[in-house]
Amino acid sequence: MSIVIAPLKRMFESRRFERNAAFYLLLLAGLGYVLIAVATGQMQYLTLDNLVSILGRTVALGITAIGQTFAILIASIDLSVASLISAASVLASVVMNGDPGMIVPAILAVAVLGAVVGLINGVLIAYFDVNPLIATLAMSLIIQGILSAFVTNFAGDVPEGFQVFAYGTFAGVPYALILMLLLALGAWFVLRHTRFGANIYSVGGNPAAARSAGIRTSRVIISAHLICSLCAALAGIYLASRLRAGAPWIGADGVYDLESIAVVVIGGTVLSGGRGGIWGTMAGVMIFSLLDSIFNLTGVDAFVKQVLRGVIIVGAVALYSYRSGRIAA
Amino acid sequence: MKKITKVVAGALVALALPSLGLAQNYDDPAEFAKSLAQLSATPMGPEGEPWLQYLEDSMVDTSQYAKDGPATVCFSNAGVNNAWRVVGYTNMTEELALHDNIGEFIHLDAEGSDDKQIADIDDLLAGGKCDLLIVSPNTTAALTPAVEKACEQLPVIVFDRGVNTDCPVSFVHPVGGYGFGIQGGQFVADNTPKGGNVLMLRILPGVDVLETRYSAGRHIMEDAGLNIVGAEFTDGDNAKTKSIVEDYLQRGDIDAVWMDAGATAVAAIEAFEDGGYDIPVFVGEDQQDFLQKWDALGLTAIAPTYPTYQWRTAIIAASRVLKGEAIPGPEWVLPQPAITQDTLADYIDVTMPPLHYAMCGCEGMANYPQAWGGK
Amino acid sequence: MSLAPASEKPGRSRWAQINPVYFVLLALLVLIVLQNPRFAEPTGYMNFLKRAAPLAILAAGQLYVIVSGGFDLSAGSLITLVVVGSSMLTNNDPNATAWVIAVMYAIGVVVGCVNGLVVTVLRVPSLIATLGMMISLGGLSMMWSGGSPRGYLPDTFRFFGRALIRDVPVIGLLPIAVIVMVVSGLLLWLLMSRTNLGRMIHALGDNPRAAQLAGVPVLPVRLSAFVVSSLSAVTAGILLGGFAGVSTDVGTGYELQAITAAVLGGAQLLGGRGSVPAAIAGALTLQAIFTLLNFMGFPQPLRQVVQGLILIAAVGLAAYRKKQGAG
Repeated sequence: MSIVIAPLKRMFESRRFERNAAFYLLLLAGLGYVLIAVATGQMQYLTLDNLVSILGRTVALGITAIGQTFAILIASIDLSVASLISAASVLASVVMNGDPGMIVPAILAVAVLGAVVGLINGVLIAYFDVNPLIATLAMSLIIQGILSAFVTNFAGDVPEGFQVFAYGTFAGVPYALILMLLLALGAWFVLRHTRFGANIYSVGGNPAAARSAGIRTSRVIISAHLICSLCAALAGIYLASRLRAGAPWIGADGVYDLESIAVVVIGGTVLSGGRGGIWGTMAGVMIFSLLDSIFNLTGVDAFVKQVLRGVIIVGAVALYSYRSGRIAA
Repeated sequence: MKKITKVVAGALVALALPSLGLAQNYDDPAEFAKSLAQLSATPMGPEGEPWLQYLEDSMVDTSQYAKDGPATVCFSNAGVNNAWRVVGYTNMTEELALHDNIGEFIHLDAEGSDDKQIADIDDLLAGGKCDLLIVSPNTTAALTPAVEKACEQLPVIVFDRGVNTDCPVSFVHPVGGYGFGIQGGQFVADNTPKGGNVLMLRILPGVDVLETRYSAGRHIMEDAGLNIVGAEFTDGDNAKTKSIVEDYLQRGDIDAVWMDAGATAVAAIEAFEDGGYDIPVFVGEDQQDFLQKWDALGLTAIAPTYPTYQWRTAIIAASRVLKGEAIPGPEWVLPQPAITQDTLADYIDVTMPPLHYAMCGCEGMANYPQAWGGK
Repeated sequence: MSLAPASEKPGRSRWAQINPVYFVLLALLVLIVLQNPRFAEPTGYMNFLKRAAPLAILAAGQLYVIVSGGFDLSAGSLITLVVVGSSMLTNNDPNATAWVIAVMYAIGVVVGCVNGLVVTVLRVPSLIATLGMMISLGGLSMMWSGGSPRGYLPDTFRFFGRALIRDVPVIGLLPIAVIVMVVSGLLLWLLMSRTNLGRMIHALGDNPRAAQLAGVPVLPVRLSAFVVSSLSAVTAGILLGGFAGVSTDVGTGYELQAITAAVLGGAQLLGGRGSVPAAIAGALTLQAIFTLLNFMGFPQPLRQVVQGLILIAAVGLAAYRKKQGAG
């Protein structure tokens, strides 16, 4: 017995494990999926097509979570992404209003919206010292309030041509999925290979030290929030394309605020900032999506699934935090 | 420059939308008239079994879908996230037991998310096991492409909310939102003196079948010369409902309360009770707690329904399609009776849970009442 | 550390030391009465207090966790669990109320302990720990009830949230919920300001490392903070179930409102500072804002916007004052 346990124990305690824990979890989830598919005799779910379909359901959450990773890396957090996703989806579909000529202006308008929201979040947090949780919660209330005051149902119309964004495929792989992966690649490059990325880790890890090292921490914080909001805005455009119109409840219905935070921390990025990365987040997103598929395969009812989901979030985070030795609050 | 003005114009249109757009979407005089006619039409089909009846005399041929041996039926469900859907889903599973030609039944719950429901339908199609797909769409427009895609592969039955395509074999639904609004609005108009104050309570904005209830109800009551003192959203929350009514009572008299759904009706009645007011004319729905309160207090009330028996009809339609039998279509319009003082006693059952929907057509089923939470 | 009452700063008048939330609340109440004079009658303001009671109690409990340096996001779904669970257990039997309430408080203790243990032993940040708890409890309520309410709450249970004493001298009528609010508020205030536990919670939130070195037993203290928060959620649940009966989403959103109320009352997120009376005043302020906007005929979405703006203003102002004070 100990022959098995000892190496496992060593693996669990090594630093490498901590860095790769998200991928072990992902492996575990993947293994679970395959086993359950085989055990229940549903082999038809083990095809490449189905893998693509599992990945395909992650796009909106994935894009949002890439942005959220930046916010959390600088020890901030963004609760306004869900409302922003709704607002972006509505703005995009209303500006397009069925006219293919308006696709580019619509994207620009949404980008401006995202930038403004990110800028306000960042400025409130960096210059006015408002706690990020409160600043972005308030921002979320404001966006949702304004949005629901004007729009109560699906609004506007996404032209046929733009639905390609959500439904089109290249060699069987949806464009949107490719976009998400490219975005992750870009984020990884920025975080690992640019001065700005290094600054993000410094500001998140130890803001005082970063400041004394000459980093303009306020700018880094604002930039991280800009990126976070722009990603949410992009997720909103994607959802508008997928649902053929924007609606003021899309973001809240997907619980993208809490879900994106959950997948980021499951992916090993710590809430106190400075540690973690994009691929962990991507693994977190896929874990969630595999779980969804496992629940679909087994036909577990939605309520049990919800209970398990809560336990899994806490359990996964405990895997990292348990050995950290820090006092959590 | 032209583009910029267009963007601005688009944004302005967005701001003006609620007043313009909605008025067009949910206040269609033709639909209103059609619903009005359907409410008084004599249904075809077996008497006493409204879930088998239909109001439009048009059938579709389904012989091409006939299948030997037990078939696999898949169901993409918008959610079981409210009491109405819980009752409906129970009806459905109990009905399922009555059909030998349905072997496996795969149910995916979208938990109220369009995005998840689209993915769910994708999953079901990718799995390749389904012989027939039943869809209860979360929202109409968003699910249309997914349903269209499904139609290319297999027969589809849609029920409750619709989709913007006629590709499904049939769309099963009761008369609908206008009918609900008409029944309640007419009752208030008939029982409230001209100029009386009506409070309209709505659950939430944006749901087609609720918006049409509201527009139809409002029309009738305004035309009858009643004074609508307010229309408030309750989020289906008891505490909020009670608070809203308390606030209105502090400001003035209320002669009638019209609700677009009855789950919080008892909370609204309690606001009158606790404040020591007489209880006005009430429009609720077919929930047991409201029916019992109505009976106990001797209210002047009506309960329009959006019958949960349509969940049975969806399975019946699926089963017949798989046998190749013709079914009512492209729309299977079910009767939508309201519970009135005359029929109230038939629907009261104190052993059932408070939010059991009495118009379930399920009393005669094998596991009644336990399966529905009764004793 | 801010254990002692704010040290007296020379040159500042006594007025400046009073928490601004009390002035804001007073101003709002005056505005409401100007808008609607009937609010000054007992039915008006007693309805207001009755409605604010659950949030006030919840905010006072949430304050314990906030002062200790964390968050409790599970409070709202615990409220739902209490309402749904009580309706399942009482089964409309008036004699069941007593033991069912006892069971609910026991559930509260368990939930608080689990939260506290996950945070202290597994070292999971409370935001995530209680988020997980919130999701799981939500699922549990649905599993328990099968997705929709299955039973009624008997009148003996609903007494606390619904009944009122009439013909009380001076104030005319007195809802039981208001009595519950005053008693809970007093208890929570005494526990926070007059006991060792209160001091240790402050110390822990102010600087956990230093508190640990100074001999504060981290585990029991943090556990107590979460248990207090959960117990206050159970109390709020009993009141809400009493007020309006059973529904499966009564508690939704209450956790964020409670945090908002505590913050309006000047509580400092991430720990170290906060007062129970001010948190209660924060809850009343929030309720007063809703009431005022309601009387002014504001549509619901705009109330959300105003809530957001006030939240930013309150926290921004507090941060600004702190900066001024430090500089």
